[in-house]
Amino acid sequence: MSGAYSHRPRRYLRNPSFLLGAILTAIFVGLALVSLFWTPADIARLNVSARLLPPSPQNWLGTDHYGRDLLSMIMVGARTSIAVALIAVGVGMVIGVPLGLWAAARRGGWIDELIMRFNDLVFAFPALLLAIMITAVFGPGAVNAIVAIGIFNIPVFARLSRAGALSLWTRDFIMAARVAGKGAVRISYEHILPNIANLLIVQATIQFSLGILAEAGLSYVGLGAQPPLASWGRMLADSQTMIALAPQLALIPGLAIVLTVLGLNLLGDGLRDLTDPRMEAVRR
Amino acid sequence: MSKRFAIGAAAAALLLGSTALAGAQETGATIGMQLEPPNLDPTAGAAAAIDEVVYANVFEGLTRFAADGTIVPALAREWSISDDGLTYTFTLADDVTFHDGSAFDAEDVVFSLTRAMAEESTNAQKVLFEDIASVEAIDPATVEVTLSEPNGSFLFNMAWGDAVIVAEESAGSNATNPVGTGPFRFENWVQGDSVTLARSDTYWGEPPALETVTFKFIADPTAAFAAMMAGDIDAFPNFPAPENLVQFEADPRFAVIIGSTEGETVLGINNSKAPFDDVRVREAIAHAIDRQALIDGALFGYGTPIGSHFAPHHPAYLDLTEQSNYDPERSRTLLEEAGLSDGISVTLKLPPPSYARRGGEIVASQLREVGINAEIVTLEWAQWLEQVFTNADFDLTIVSHTEPLDINIYARDDYYFRYQSDQFKAIMAELDETSDEAARNEILKRAQQQIADDYVNAFLFQLPKTGVADARLKGLWENAPTQANDMTGVYWEE
Repeated sequence: MSGAYSHRPRRYLRNPSFLLGAILTAIFVGLALVSLFWTPADIARLNVSARLLPPSPQNWLGTDHYGRDLLSMIMVGARTSIAVALIAVGVGMVIGVPLGLWAAARRGGWIDELIMRFNDLVFAFPALLLAIMITAVFGPGAVNAIVAIGIFNIPVFARLSRAGALSLWTRDFIMAARVAGKGAVRISYEHILPNIANLLIVQATIQFSLGILAEAGLSYVGLGAQPPLASWGRMLADSQTMIALAPQLALIPGLAIVLTVLGLNLLGDGLRDLTDPRMEAVRR
Repeated sequence: MSKRFAIGAAAAALLLGSTALAGAQETGATIGMQLEPPNLDPTAGAAAAIDEVVYANVFEGLTRFAADGTIVPALAREWSISDDGLTYTFTLADDVTFHDGSAFDAEDVVFSLTRAMAEESTNAQKVLFEDIASVEAIDPATVEVTLSEPNGSFLFNMAWGDAVIVAEESAGSNATNPVGTGPFRFENWVQGDSVTLARSDTYWGEPPALETVTFKFIADPTAAFAAMMAGDIDAFPNFPAPENLVQFEADPRFAVIIGSTEGETVLGINNSKAPFDDVRVREAIAHAIDRQALIDGALFGYGTPIGSHFAPHHPAYLDLTEQSNYDPERSRTLLEEAGLSDGISVTLKLPPPSYARRGGEIVASQLREVGINAEIVTLEWAQWLEQVFTNADFDLTIVSHTEPLDINIYARDDYYFRYQSDQFKAIMAELDETSDEAARNEILKRAQQQIADDYVNAFLFQLPKTGVADARLKGLWENAPTQANDMTGVYWEE
């Protein structure tokens, strides 16, 4: 199976979607990582006398309405967004994938029905609405935002892994494993999971970008990360009444969200093209 | 050809529509408000938004606040006070009817005051009626109020929105269908959107110029800005985003009205909770705050620093800002003396208004400088009222006290900041017994000094009234001596 295509790095670099997506993602992940050790200015320290300054050598992107350095805010905001989205997608995968595999192993049975109908139930709510509902009940904050975004990721991964696993369960090599006496859990873990990993990675990249959007949306309505933690969504919300005074305050975090989401989507597209054997056939 | 005709017709319809709108503006006004009132009964609710809709428009009291803050006659046209200061005899206005057609007389005054001071009363300001011993109707046009002890601010108390006169028949349903004696009668309330008032044809006094007044509720500052710019709203007397005022000032279509309010904005401290029961900790908090930075950052420079719980425009005002000046070094020393040199972690609970949310971020940052780590918790109004105001389940909070001359709240043991001082109560008792203006002002100064000395709360700034209105709409209040949008004197300039 894995011999159908190769993993030569050059092939990746020739894919424009993957290349552009990887660069954009790397920039923002890089900013987030650097902010762990260093930011141009301390964002917890407000200096009101230096508020709404235009971009200058001291403050490359200018300052916000509290006199905080905007570049530092964007860097810490990248950290917040990426951490929340990454953990949330992780939560979704860790719960969703085993559920999907279990459903596939018991395909047609009542466990399968139960799991998939539960997934349909969660899916029936628009993702952001569900997240708002959860944070409204449990209170605003980064942790609850993670839980909320994580929950709407569960059915995505459950469905995907069930669909991927179902087609594999009819294959000969799985049959061989069953004849050899392996149980459903072991087959799922040893044979099915590695074969749907590429599907999951691509989907995770897409979900990651949706998670960033969701975090920004929650913060925008005040239900995400709370001050003094910087968040792109709240930066947008804070600056919207000042858009005529200092448009860069809204434009810069807006651009950061757009570029990160675009980068992750392109990355996901590129990864799908590169890892899907059928796409390989199309290219030839 | 037919398409062009359709476009022409649409354009004509648009033109017609807009002229019709412009015509309608001449007789009515749409006033923007950020908060929607929870009900419309000023005698049974503390929310400022209730008075902002109905005070002086739908309901009237015996006396009322004028635009400059003085107390002038309303339903009581004149009064006499006995020499011992205990008996007030009010002569009521003639030919007054409630909007439902029933007549107003002395019995309605007796009913309203008796109801407000009763044990089971739900009035939000029961303290206003505390000193009343009895209310008697001498004849249909005369009411005699006897006080248990002299109260120099009794006429002032009767001017509050909580002391308006209601009819016995309609008192129970005022929350949703307010019936008063004012120049406007209640017409319609579209929940979540607007309240409409219409001019009352039976008003006893001078009729107002406007035929209809619509109060439209727009919580979001950006939407409020857009609505003002689009002309959907004629005036926004308390515009929520001070940063937009610069733009309104630059636009000749609008007039920006900056006045003062009775809103003393404080960093409320829970005095009953450790470590805030130690005056040194409270003083440390007071010295940690840079008021000017706070005003610049939260209010874009509009606002006056205060050093006690008192409005700077009042004649008895005592400037105590120096006593709690910005001195982070002193804060650190005080915290050390209180045994808290390692710093403390507290919560800072913030209600929704932008002065609180923005002010909270700045205050938290300033407190962090001296080693007080304040975790911000943002709350909706209902949550704030329940957790902070009712249950005193908080460390710090930021809120503006918008009632006029409300320093007496510090004499209430169970008020949310839980300040308990016999000395302060003695000062308030003395104030109640004094009716001479100069003597009262002296006592008020001592009261300001007392709470400043005790560092009850960190006193931040006097909230400005930052209003914006269509430049042709005249007669709106510049200042806010009480929470109200008095529409009786508002008119369109030709």
